[in-house]
Amino acid sequence: MRLLTHNMLSSNIKGVTNGFPLRIEIEKVVEKQVEFNPDFLKNMFPKIEWKALVNASHSMGYVELPEEVEPSRLDSEDFLHKFHHALLELHLEEGALVCPETGRRFPVSKGIPNMLLHEDEV
Amino acid sequence: MRYLCMFYHRLLDYRKAELESLAQLFANDEEDQYKTQRLKWRLPLHYHPDSPFHFVDLRSEDVARNVANRSILVKGMYELWGEGGSYEELEEAIRSYPDERKLPYLEPDSTFKINVDTFGKVISLQEQTQRIHGLSYIPFKGRVNLKSPEHKFWLMETDDYGVNNGLPPIVQRRIFFGREIGGADRKLLPTYQLKSRTYLGPTAMDAEIAFLMANQALVTPGKLVYDPFVGTGSILIAAAHFGAMTMGADIDIRVVRDGRGPDCNVWSNFKQYGLPMPIALLRADNNLPPWRTGLKEVFDAIICDPPYGVRAGGRKSGGRKLMKGVVGPYTVPDDKRTDHIPSTASYSLVECVHDLLDLAGRMLVMGGRLVFFYPVVREDDNVNNSFPEHPCFQLIATSEQILSSRYSRVLLTMVKTSQYSEEIAEEARLKHKDFKENHLKWLEDGNLHSAVFSPSDLQVNGAADAKTSKEQKPKYRGKYV
Repeated sequence: MRLLTHNMLSSNIKGVTNGFPLRIEIEKVVEKQVEFNPDFLKNMFPKIEWKALVNASHSMGYVELPEEVEPSRLDSEDFLHKFHHALLELHLEEGALVCPETGRRFPVSKGIPNMLLHEDEV
Repeated sequence: MRYLCMFYHRLLDYRKAELESLAQLFANDEEDQYKTQRLKWRLPLHYHPDSPFHFVDLRSEDVARNVANRSILVKGMYELWGEGGSYEELEEAIRSYPDERKLPYLEPDSTFKINVDTFGKVISLQEQTQRIHGLSYIPFKGRVNLKSPEHKFWLMETDDYGVNNGLPPIVQRRIFFGREIGGADRKLLPTYQLKSRTYLGPTAMDAEIAFLMANQALVTPGKLVYDPFVGTGSILIAAAHFGAMTMGADIDIRVVRDGRGPDCNVWSNFKQYGLPMPIALLRADNNLPPWRTGLKEVFDAIICDPPYGVRAGGRKSGGRKLMKGVVGPYTVPDDKRTDHIPSTASYSLVECVHDLLDLAGRMLVMGGRLVFFYPVVREDDNVNNSFPEHPCFQLIATSEQILSSRYSRVLLTMVKTSQYSEEIAEEARLKHKDFKENHLKWLEDGNLHSAVFSPSDLQVNGAADAKTSKEQKPKYRGKYV
């Protein structure tokens, strides 16, 4: 699971009002290279919850992203590469995503988060 | 500029739709990109719409070339130098075609080749050579190069073949001569064919159709494409081939996570073709998508083949017992939570499509496309043409593919033309509630399985009736191709 996905997901258990961002529990992180595409990054940037991305990248051990960011930074090649690396190349292979409100664990195995709810959570 | 387009004689309903989508994709004008405009088509004299020959107006030769080369169903796109009902008429037409259009392609230092093609008839090699020699009135100055010529010319002939042999009726003989501008790269199809793919599911999408879907969705490098019923990834593979970033979800975790082993799963399918891996695969329920509040307009296209309940049925969260509507949900004991496998409820087509449209309305960018298959029951060779609607979307193409005498699937292409609003979200929420409360009713309404597999009335009425009704049907039924 890449951090782009993490930035899109929330816990949708019945009754939970703020299931975002999910806390990341790490067992195994791998880096997977993805082709650098500046246009894709520029399109994605306004849709990203920046703070959640920064915190998630910290929990994966990557500390290069600035806490706050202005859209003008997108003109910097150096920034785009860091953004690219954090968003697409850090990959949670084994671990879990934890609902911030209820503590429910959504397991991530073989890189695939299991977001399906139990019968009594719907 | 008007071009002659010769299509492959297959998937007839998909051909113009594909070309129109690609024409939009390659329209260089920004303004044109989101405007869905119909192209101007014209048929040769007396021709049936299912004929492979069509004239189409495209902005420039570059657009025509890009469209043809990216397509799956364009056999060739040509600059027409002449046409006629006989070789005399053809000669007259070619002679009167302006020299300034012809001479640049007839230069002494160029290389060329002339191909002969026919539709609905076969002509021997000898006859082909004769016909090529018959073109000696065209002042070819270049050298012939059969392997890699700079310019390819085509002489194409169709005839009144008299008998109804399953081809569209052609009233008159017609001969075309033109310069090739481009054509589909069908070599893609053997490369991606399902029979040599490692990981397959029972409803894996055929490679040709998957490419057509990707073309309908205007997939280009760097776009983000989502498939909410990803299965073995067969649709996303086509999107990834055209350079898209792909994302897929499925409710069945075994299909997406485990596959049939370490080298036989969704990831390995992408590896097999040297394609970039999907950006994300996840297990999620289309009925209860796990996207965070406030997330919208992230996908450039959503392409999918929803479960219709014929070969594969849809499932959603909620548990089997909810179906009966009386028993409260099963409460999972705390000690069994970790490895609990939730039971799922049936998910009718009606509800599934409703959810899909709502998701697409929210998650697609403006001008983004939703491309999906929708099954229809066929009655007396007619299909009931009512397709799902949504206030955010405009339906721009419907392409039918007949699957059996009972049902067809229609590829629907929709464009997001209005913003998703609070009111639409509320409407969707009420509908969701409605579906939940009337679960059994919707399940029955959406059950295509019984319509497709129930015994036929025809057989009950006796053989004689069946025979007469069969004879009344026209022999040529184009959409079966």
